[in-house]
Amino acid sequence: MLDLLREIFSYPFMVRAFVVGTLVALCASLLGVSLVLKRYSMIGDGLSHVGFGALAIATALNAAPLAVSIPIVVVAAFLLLRISESSKIKGDAAIALISTGALAVGIMIVSMTTGMNTDVCNYLFGSILGMSKSDVRLSIGLCIVVLVLFALFYHRIFAVTFDETFARATGTNAGLYNMLIALLTALVIVLGMRMMGSLLISSLIVFPSLTSMRLCKSFKAVILNSAVISIVCLWVGLVISYVYATPTGASIVICNICIFVIYWLIQLAKGAFLREK
Amino acid sequence: MSLIQCNHLSFAYDGIFAAKDLNFTVNSGDYLCIVGENGAGKSTLMKGLLRLKKPASGSIVYSDGLTAQQIGYLPQQTAVQKDFPASVYEVVLSGCLNQLGILPFYGKAQKQAALHRMEQLGISHLKHKCYRELSGGQQQRVLLARALCATQSLVLLDEPAAGLDPVVTQEMYELVHKINQELGITVIMVSHDIRCAVRYAKTILHLQQEQLFFGTVEAYQNSEVGRKFLGGGTNA
Repeated sequence: MLDLLREIFSYPFMVRAFVVGTLVALCASLLGVSLVLKRYSMIGDGLSHVGFGALAIATALNAAPLAVSIPIVVVAAFLLLRISESSKIKGDAAIALISTGALAVGIMIVSMTTGMNTDVCNYLFGSILGMSKSDVRLSIGLCIVVLVLFALFYHRIFAVTFDETFARATGTNAGLYNMLIALLTALVIVLGMRMMGSLLISSLIVFPSLTSMRLCKSFKAVILNSAVISIVCLWVGLVISYVYATPTGASIVICNICIFVIYWLIQLAKGAFLREK
Repeated sequence: MSLIQCNHLSFAYDGIFAAKDLNFTVNSGDYLCIVGENGAGKSTLMKGLLRLKKPASGSIVYSDGLTAQQIGYLPQQTAVQKDFPASVYEVVLSGCLNQLGILPFYGKAQKQAALHRMEQLGISHLKHKCYRELSGGQQQRVLLARALCATQSLVLLDEPAAGLDPVVTQEMYELVHKINQELGITVIMVSHDIRCAVRYAKTILHLQQEQLFFGTVEAYQNSEVGRKFLGGGTNA
């Protein structure tokens, strides 16, 4: 086991994948709790498709992928937030519209420029080689920004998640914090997308928080628990991916599914036990 | 001393009036109950008083220093909250958020205030319980404690007894009465339970898009509107 780990960490790309992956998984799981509870999970999914479109544009322009996709996805995040808040257009349909639209644009651009090749496959399903050296520095920096902002605004994020009307009525600028959540989500999605794949990145947001909600009784416990689950699943997934040469994103998601099922069974057993008593 | 004064106040949605030409005052220490049938504009008025909705015309004058940071609010429960994983203490403490200013974290004063409010409402023993596992009445108490954390002077309650069984409803009204009497907090409550309104409130505002009645409970019981609404047998 130790030999395996030593071997893994002797490759610089694996070290990069572990470092960035851990930070992204941590950020995603923290934000995920709020997104899931606010019924915003689909925004994460929509954003990842927009991210795919943005990556395709970046490749076509031969530009740095992160520099192009971050602003595009941030703008899309604000747009999606706006749409889901206005009652005139139904939020879920609008998200489906934007995400499939962005996916289609991305595919068109790719097929007209480089053609459908392994790059596209990597964008969609993720690749452990996704991180270049320059990306790593930017990713680490942005993840730390996300973590610091989340910690500073933790209580406010709790308040707008639990009860936005109350927060608004008692003088908290709920709109601002909703925008903060959307901005942070956009950053996390873009950073995690190339490792996890744009089709799978939203699982990092949804799975850990839903899993820990099975058993945890306080918001803080849910947050901490999902952070731990998220990181452990990422590590195990990366090792599996390395050893069996499986796609990274899918391996991580499979780990998440296993933990989810375990938690769910424990919840069921607990419920049955309590009823018995 | 008047806390809130409304002059010719109207609210509209897309140009259609939901409430029109309201004139009333709320004094410090008052217990005002806003009654009326569904769609009479009660909730709209509530939103207006909370500064969540702008008046179409007229004005609301708040007494000095009554900012949004000093108003407590008990909203109707949303679907999100029913399965929310949060401890009772976390929920109550979140009421203190408006006193933080620009500070990121709660200090000793806020934590003590939260514990104190929980004690006043008799929910101290539930501190570490999960909010979603509580009964309806307990959940309302938690939200009421949170509302009290946000204020020293005025609390607005939106149908505090909605969905509660009769015994718990009674307890809830007693509790609100106690808050008004013993803690000296001004109460504005929206309710369609007219009997309880008459029993506990000091003043009544009866709405039906426009203001049908505003005055003391005694005057309301003797007024034509009041007699009709009370005697009609419906508790609409």
